[in-house]
Amino acid sequence: MPVVIAEAESIMLPTRKKMKSVRSPLIKVSTKAPTGIAGFDEITGGGLPHGRTTLLVGGPGSGKTVLALQILVHGARECKEPGIFVAFEENSKRIVANAESFGWKLAELQRKKLFFMDIQPMPDLVQSGDFDFGGMLAALEAKSKETKARRIVFDALDVILTLLPDEAARRREIYRLHEWLLARELTGLITLKADAGYINAMSQSPFGFMHFMVDCTVLLSHSVILGVSQRNMRVQKYRGSSFDEDELPFVIGKNGLEVAAAHTPSRVDAEVTSERISSGVERLDTMLGGGYYRGASVLITGFSGTAKTTLSGAFADAACQRGERTLFVSFDSDGSEVIRNLASVGIRLDRYVKSGCLRMISARTITGSAETFLVRIKTLANEHRARCLVIDPVSTWSKAGNALTARSVAERLIDWSKAGGTTLICTSLLDEMSSQSEGSSSLQISKIADTWIHLNYLLQAGERNRGLSIIKSRGTAHSNQVRELILSDSGVTLTDTYTAGGEVLMGALRWQKERADRVANEVNEVAAKLKRVRLDAEEAELEVQVKSLQTELLAKQVEKDLLVRTTESRKGEISQGLTRMEELRGADATKPDPK
Amino acid sequence: MQQSPIRNELTMTPQIIFKFRLYVAGDAPNSTQALANLIALCRAHLPDRHEIEIVDVFREPKRALIDGIFMTPTLVKLAPSPVRIIVGSLSQTQTVLHALNLEADSL
Repeated sequence: MPVVIAEAESIMLPTRKKMKSVRSPLIKVSTKAPTGIAGFDEITGGGLPHGRTTLLVGGPGSGKTVLALQILVHGARECKEPGIFVAFEENSKRIVANAESFGWKLAELQRKKLFFMDIQPMPDLVQSGDFDFGGMLAALEAKSKETKARRIVFDALDVILTLLPDEAARRREIYRLHEWLLARELTGLITLKADAGYINAMSQSPFGFMHFMVDCTVLLSHSVILGVSQRNMRVQKYRGSSFDEDELPFVIGKNGLEVAAAHTPSRVDAEVTSERISSGVERLDTMLGGGYYRGASVLITGFSGTAKTTLSGAFADAACQRGERTLFVSFDSDGSEVIRNLASVGIRLDRYVKSGCLRMISARTITGSAETFLVRIKTLANEHRARCLVIDPVSTWSKAGNALTARSVAERLIDWSKAGGTTLICTSLLDEMSSQSEGSSSLQISKIADTWIHLNYLLQAGERNRGLSIIKSRGTAHSNQVRELILSDSGVTLTDTYTAGGEVLMGALRWQKERADRVANEVNEVAAKLKRVRLDAEEAELEVQVKSLQTELLAKQVEKDLLVRTTESRKGEISQGLTRMEELRGADATKPDPK
Repeated sequence: MQQSPIRNELTMTPQIIFKFRLYVAGDAPNSTQALANLIALCRAHLPDRHEIEIVDVFREPKRALIDGIFMTPTLVKLAPSPVRIIVGSLSQTQTVLHALNLEADSL
């Protein structure tokens, strides 16, 4: 017999494997009931199994009721699927009152799309003998026909299951309920209370068989990591569909549940623009080849006091000048403090706060996990319809609770801002104690940020000076030079630095160097002038000499002429004289002519 | 369904009439059992001073909804006050009698 089984397994195995490999990408099955819960539809590839039953298991306060109610609200409001909420534990009036803060407008929905049924067992209920939930099913039947409900939630089913005398009766009633749901093709959601131990030893637990019965199981957990509350969700099974199997953090925010789906494939290819927007500092724009890209995520790292806030303030100022709505989230100080401090360097943000263009948020008071921060910021940004977002500093997140989730939160923040085309400026405080190497950013944002600007102190000749350099800027030919960042009443400016002997000169040293150069220039100029004058004089002197020599030459020539002429005339005189003498003496005519 | 407003000649005290309403789920075994048990109990302990109304939740689901009956069978003692609700096939007679406050009244 064992041989036969082994054979059967070996035949089964390859086919199963093949099926899995086909499934691996998120296949969209059309029969899914969207939940409208951000992130949840993504990890399940569309929502709950439509017309099937889903089991939701979680400990006390893990958010089961909120999740279930939100799914009904979404169905009623967006999917034209009226819903029934069967409350076994908590009175429906209290559930409605508790959900008031989510802004789901339950009262309006309750008129014709969302219905509550209170099935709380009476405390003085007397039990005698066997019973079943026939009455409940009959009542549900009536209610669902009347309301045309398509979704139904059984909140805390365990409460009435425990009334049943034995395991067999429980099993029978659950099957009856499940059959009823399937027959009517209702999308069912059953919530069960369970603690962590229960989830670990699921199949052995009292209602363990329910996990095998239902088509989809979702586990919720609520834990505390380093004193910070952390909620997690995990889809444990989903028949006939692929799903994200990881445990994912979620938060209960202003509008209900929000699951932190790590990868949102549909969003990654968000529209990319090559539009440049100013960083608020003219020279920095030049260094970046025109400014930041719109929708880019920019990381500014540096130690405390390196003007990270000022630089992001300059960006906010520039954004508001363009009339873009901006959200400035400060984790360090009050919004008004930031405004006052920035005003001292000529960045006046108060006018934009007044006009409503800029919204300052002091997040010092927000406590909670990185997840909470992310959700709050998202909500605030959406509320403000912000096109530019400044978070100063984002490194605070890693301090609150789990550093690992903080990192994924930062990644998702960038993902989210990209999807919405929001330009994001994050500053990150580098720990003074950490290695001096640039960019040991605790959140590792530097890897995914588009532009990374590093601010540093240069300690030299008894001064601290701020240096700015661009470590990376995707898609941009950027300057490789370190610039000196100067804060003055008129704003932020960048200046060239001097490099001398392989060292960058800044501050007073740079000023000294500049002055020395200026003086040297002046000296050179004067010297040149002097030389020219001297040359002029020499030239004039030579010219004079040339003239006198010429005059002398002329005189000599005249003298020479005179000499020649004198000689000739004397010769003439002499010959004339001889002829005359011969004539006088009457000499022979035969005497040869001297000529 | 039976009406018998009779005074007890011996004690001269007015007979209290027990009004019951039994919710059943069609002819489910535990429902029929409950009905049989109830009738037997009434015959034994409340002869001629009880009224029983039977509601089939499958036939009148809206009534179950309005009355808030979700478990079947459910016996509701409407009178005399206080109202008592007993769930189940009523097979444990002692429990039922205790709940109906009929123990002292027993034979």
